[in-house]
Amino acid sequence: MKRIALGVSAVVLAMAAAQARAVVEIQWWHAMTGAFGDRVAKMADDFNKSQSEYKVNAVYKGTYAETMTAGIAAYRSGAAPHILQVFEVGTATMMSAKGAVKPVWQLMKDAGEPFDQKAYISAVVGYYTTPKGEMVSFPFNSSTPVFYYNRDAFEKAGLDPNRPPATWPEVMAAAAKIKVSGATPCGFTTGWQSWVQLETFSAWHNVLFATKNNGFGGTDAKLVFNSPLHVRHVANLKEWMDKGYVTYGGRDNKPEAKFFGGECAMLTSSSAAYANIAKNAKFKFAVSALPYYADVQGAPQNTIIGGASLWVMGGKKPAEYKGVAKFLTFLSQPARQAEWHQASGYLPITMASYELTRKSGFYEKNPGTDVSVKQMVVKVTDKSRGIRLGNFAQIRDVIDEELEGIWAGKQDAKTGLDKAVKRGDELLEKFARANKG
Amino acid sequence: MEKRAVFKSAWLPYALIFPQIAVTILFFFWPAAQALYQSLLVQDAFGTQTEFVWFDNFRDLFHDELYLASFKVTAVFSVLVAGIGLSVSLVLAVMADRVLRGAGLYKTLLIWPYAVAPAVAGILWLFLFNPTLGIVALWLKGMGIEWNHLLNDQHAMMLIVFAAVWKQISYNFLFFLAGLQSIPKSLIEAAAIDGAGPLRRFWTIIFPLLSPTTFFLLVVNIVYAFFDTFAIVDTATEGGPGQATQILVYKVYKDGFKGLDLGGSAAQSVVLMAIVIALTFVQFRYVEKKVQY
Repeated sequence: MKRIALGVSAVVLAMAAAQARAVVEIQWWHAMTGAFGDRVAKMADDFNKSQSEYKVNAVYKGTYAETMTAGIAAYRSGAAPHILQVFEVGTATMMSAKGAVKPVWQLMKDAGEPFDQKAYISAVVGYYTTPKGEMVSFPFNSSTPVFYYNRDAFEKAGLDPNRPPATWPEVMAAAAKIKVSGATPCGFTTGWQSWVQLETFSAWHNVLFATKNNGFGGTDAKLVFNSPLHVRHVANLKEWMDKGYVTYGGRDNKPEAKFFGGECAMLTSSSAAYANIAKNAKFKFAVSALPYYADVQGAPQNTIIGGASLWVMGGKKPAEYKGVAKFLTFLSQPARQAEWHQASGYLPITMASYELTRKSGFYEKNPGTDVSVKQMVVKVTDKSRGIRLGNFAQIRDVIDEELEGIWAGKQDAKTGLDKAVKRGDELLEKFARANKG
Repeated sequence: MEKRAVFKSAWLPYALIFPQIAVTILFFFWPAAQALYQSLLVQDAFGTQTEFVWFDNFRDLFHDELYLASFKVTAVFSVLVAGIGLSVSLVLAVMADRVLRGAGLYKTLLIWPYAVAPAVAGILWLFLFNPTLGIVALWLKGMGIEWNHLLNDQHAMMLIVFAAVWKQISYNFLFFLAGLQSIPKSLIEAAAIDGAGPLRRFWTIIFPLLSPTTFFLLVVNIVYAFFDTFAIVDTATEGGPGQATQILVYKVYKDGFKGLDLGGSAAQSVVLMAIVIALTFVQFRYVEKKVQY
């Protein structure tokens, strides 16, 4: 009996060894740090343990920009990873790189993996689909702008912390009260000024940021964020800055420190800032929907996403693609998605994972964490689907620069936005020229 | 006085300099040639579509007012960095040279910042001057100065100059100190006996004798300000506010690595290369004449 058992285990071992030798390696380059990075490593690890044919290696490659540059350089020298995490502003660049990427819908079809695009939240997937509605990259970590406020400061200023301001005039009335009462030295600041105050602002008010449906309809789009509504909003922000209600906190997510440090009582920034704010804030805070102008028809519409998606690179072997497809299926399991959503503050990408989180009572225990989802789960319009522009990273830099000129009082809102549009259009033409095909 | 070493063998001198030449060709000339070629192309990020456009990239650059403004920013920045960096480290070196007790400690502390990476230096100074948390910003507030490098051009420029100078002082200090120690004491003593005060001794004896060191450091510091400071700019100001601290090399980095516009970025680095070659040439041709070896 013992001998048979030994014999059997020897055979099993031999088989396992043979399989281990035949394991297909899949490289995944990402840009997630800290707790997010640990989660990414765990996802790869869990997948590797769940089967024995494929092995995913998650490799951290630096910031979003660095990861994308590394992936492109690797492609040019013929050593691209299988999966590359690319931030949302790189979407148009990736999409126009024909042959360099393998569209996700094609990958799933070739590999015969079950894949239902309708299971995904449309405002998320819309960002990553072709005009024909085919999903080209796999949404991984998507966030959207939300409004954070300091409940303690609201109480001190005599405001009702259970009734956060819903419109911009209300935000400024609250900021004025906070400033006058001395609850905090600054009323309001904003992270990601281009993404929140111009890009999402456009979708939220159902107006265009660029022609051709924000670039979804072709690379010959022109920027139009110098409309009277945009000018009015930027001029308002500047006026409120002059009055001392609003403080400029810098580019990207740097202003978030002003909120959790207790200097500013209100903040608009990414929903993914939640974890960091919860960790650092020494006061009670809450999340609510992004403010809007009530007199604008169709507002509020929906907010648009930021964050990153996973791109499958071209020119790999079919067996490797099969492994990649299996891994993407693994990643879209509702329970896994729900866990990622709850731990990170990123959006749930499928409706099923949202439902799962809702039923588990997570949103009741962590009030405000569903704000981002509610802003997204509406039917998008052609104007609010997202933004797809070439050279977008540079266009955002241009917007940052011109807005800083406005905040510093060197130019008025109209002049600054006109200049940003003109300089941005030049970058769009340059991109169109380099990507004719 | 014959200083030259004379080789009898015909090939030995070439063999001896071969490794250096190989390294130079591989790591300097080859990439420079690639940049030259790339600057004539318009290409998508992945290199799947390439168009040879002759000098279009350069034409676009020089039609761009903001690129031209970036020259002015770079000039101001490098003059400030080289000027302040050289003067401060000369003063420090002269002082350290006179210290008798604990000289080793002073020297070690002064040399220390050189080990700090530029990006870290940028972050360090950013913390000190952070309008909310920075200790220096707090002192300035006490003196009635509202420090805000996020929106004030001059403040932002000062911030990156401080960081860049601080980082380079150690290097300059080392060379100045070595230069000072090689000046014969007898010369200075003779001048002192003749009744020359410390300041006069410095200007008429020490400074002229230091001129080879000063000249070398001037060239090195200009090159440093032009090329090695982009990490400081990236971490401290990202070129802002507006483009107030957008120096040429930072724009090369931003357009190439963040914007993935390889042709435009290569054209800029070719321009930058030409400027540094010209500057170094001018320095050797005209400034070196005033140097006494």
